[in-house]
Amino acid sequence: MTAMLEVARLEQRFQLSKGLLDRISFKGGIPRLRDTTVHAVNGVSFSIAPGEVLALVGESGCGKSTVAKTIARIYEPTGGRIRIDGEDVSTYGPRKMLPVRAKMQMIFQDPFASLNPRQKVRDIVAEPLLQQLGSGRRAEVSERTAALLARVGLNPEQAGRYPHQFSGGQRQRIGIARALSVNPGLIIADEPVSALDVSIQAQILNLMLDLRDEFGLAYLFISHDLSVVHHIADRIGVMYLGFMVEAAPRDRLFAQPRHPYTRALLSAAPTIEPHRRTTEIELTGEVPSALSLPSGCCFRTRCPFAWDRCAAERPALRDLGGGQSVACHLIDEPERDRL
Amino acid sequence: MTAPLLSVRGLRTWFHTFAGIVKAVNGVSFDLMPGEVMGLVGESGGGKSVVGFSILGLIDPPGKIEQGEIVFDGRDLAQLPEDALRRIRGREIGMVFQDPMTSLNPVQTIGRQMDEVLRLHTTLDARARRARCVEMLESVGISQAAERLGAYPHQFSGGMRQRVVIAIAMLARPRLIIADEPTTALDVTIQSQILRLMRRQIAEEGASMILVTHDLAVVAEMVDKITVLYCGKVVEAGPVREVIDTPAHPYTRGLIDSIPNPAHRLPRLNQIPGTVPDVRNLPAGCNFRDRCPRAQALCAEVEPPLIPKRGGQQAACHFPVAIGEPA
Repeated sequence: MTAMLEVARLEQRFQLSKGLLDRISFKGGIPRLRDTTVHAVNGVSFSIAPGEVLALVGESGCGKSTVAKTIARIYEPTGGRIRIDGEDVSTYGPRKMLPVRAKMQMIFQDPFASLNPRQKVRDIVAEPLLQQLGSGRRAEVSERTAALLARVGLNPEQAGRYPHQFSGGQRQRIGIARALSVNPGLIIADEPVSALDVSIQAQILNLMLDLRDEFGLAYLFISHDLSVVHHIADRIGVMYLGFMVEAAPRDRLFAQPRHPYTRALLSAAPTIEPHRRTTEIELTGEVPSALSLPSGCCFRTRCPFAWDRCAAERPALRDLGGGQSVACHLIDEPERDRL
Repeated sequence: MTAPLLSVRGLRTWFHTFAGIVKAVNGVSFDLMPGEVMGLVGESGGGKSVVGFSILGLIDPPGKIEQGEIVFDGRDLAQLPEDALRRIRGREIGMVFQDPMTSLNPVQTIGRQMDEVLRLHTTLDARARRARCVEMLESVGISQAAERLGAYPHQFSGGMRQRVVIAIAMLARPRLIIADEPTTALDVTIQSQILRLMRRQIAEEGASMILVTHDLAVVAEMVDKITVLYCGKVVEAGPVREVIDTPAHPYTRGLIDSIPNPAHRLPRLNQIPGTVPDVRNLPAGCNFRDRCPRAQALCAEVEPPLIPKRGGQQAACHFPVAIGEPA
């Protein structure tokens, strides 16, 4: 079976400023050019099968949203391959992307900013479909729009209203209806519930899982919230500073996390049952700048186990069996795994 | 028995807008003992932040404290004039706000912003003030504190800025800290650092704290007792473990059940149906009844009062959830 999405060695770099004067600095009277490349994504690979939910987790600046936006081809990748339903779209321009967008749609974090305030809800939901079908089939489109609104739990009679007349949760439903309109196989959801209150968040997560079962959707689900990810994902990839440091099926990742960063994330996540917490790695310090990556392992500056090998050699992502892979030298020297 | 440090009684803070009166806080009462940490929780529109702002006297028109007492250490803050409040804010009551990007002045060094607090609220001389600032920065985990006093807020990361904000709040050794979503803008590993720091600082100084947040997990890690707000009213209050383990109000129960719990994953989350009603136009009877699975005819007629349940817990519900009963 072809993977719905296959990403190989994806790389995304951004140039902060191209001006010579911005980059020049003097050290002991000698002019130097500062490197202003942001290494947002550094060789990330994964695939998602039809109907599967893969979640990418990590903290701000780990590159998870950049991965999502590069796959949606909002950015052009600076390296690596993106295959959607078997088709390599890494170098496609906007025109060639249009038919691909019928297979892949996106849901955004901010339900206020992601809907055009001047468009009626029916036009928002119909827009991707009209792009695909051409404007000659308006009757068919309007029927489908009403059905979609009903499916995501909105009253189709409110299709003539504007986004500001809806609450945050309802707006997120509109965004979901818009994504579903072209019948995609893959939905990229970038923090779709993080702007919502917890009771509304549960409604949207339930809706997304129902739609997955009903339409066989695959999701690439970007989130910083481990409890949300545990609820929705089949597999989870943990990112740090643009690298995938660990990937595993959901239950395995939560039961036996191997990478020190994954373990620290799980320890740090607040829970309503703090007395049941098991692992305890407390991180100090902060994420280094993506402008100058540390040598060797990206996590070594905050890792409580780091030794000289971690600075000398970048650990590769290695398969541990059972669908789990991890990029950490501790795998070779488990006796160092002691605090 | 010791007297409470803060006693809020029947607080009503309303906003008179063109579209009608928004009863953001509509009859809220609670006590906070010295050294106690209380979580004020609820979703958007619950009124939790407005309670915090009312205590601090930071309600601006069209908002107004219509009714109620805010007795802090024997004085009713709701009756005090602005200049008396200004002497209390910063000295006796410290504040930590959500956004560390906007709660610091971007064009002043942090040293100057810290010094201002001590200049206004203490009689220390310049040298003693500086020593206190350095000591405070070090205690919130900022290294090279003496040099960092000359730095501007933009030279710090979000987590570091929130440490500075906490340092400023604690500088004059206040007896009460009001923290409004102090870690919501931060990443989870930074959040746990900041929470640990706040807990330690509060314990060392023997201060009390009101933690305003939407995040029940943060509350569970931090507080002694919880007050749950819905549509400007207290729907449940009590010791933290009792409220989380055996919630009596269906809203609290719904909130807890809608948090995905990795310890026991359900195929579907138990969602609370519907959305919060329009606060300008609240229904008669119980505010939660339209979303409540237990609502009966009585709930539409009579507003349930907050009454004591088991073990120090209080709930405002005609048909509270019994222990072990499914929602």
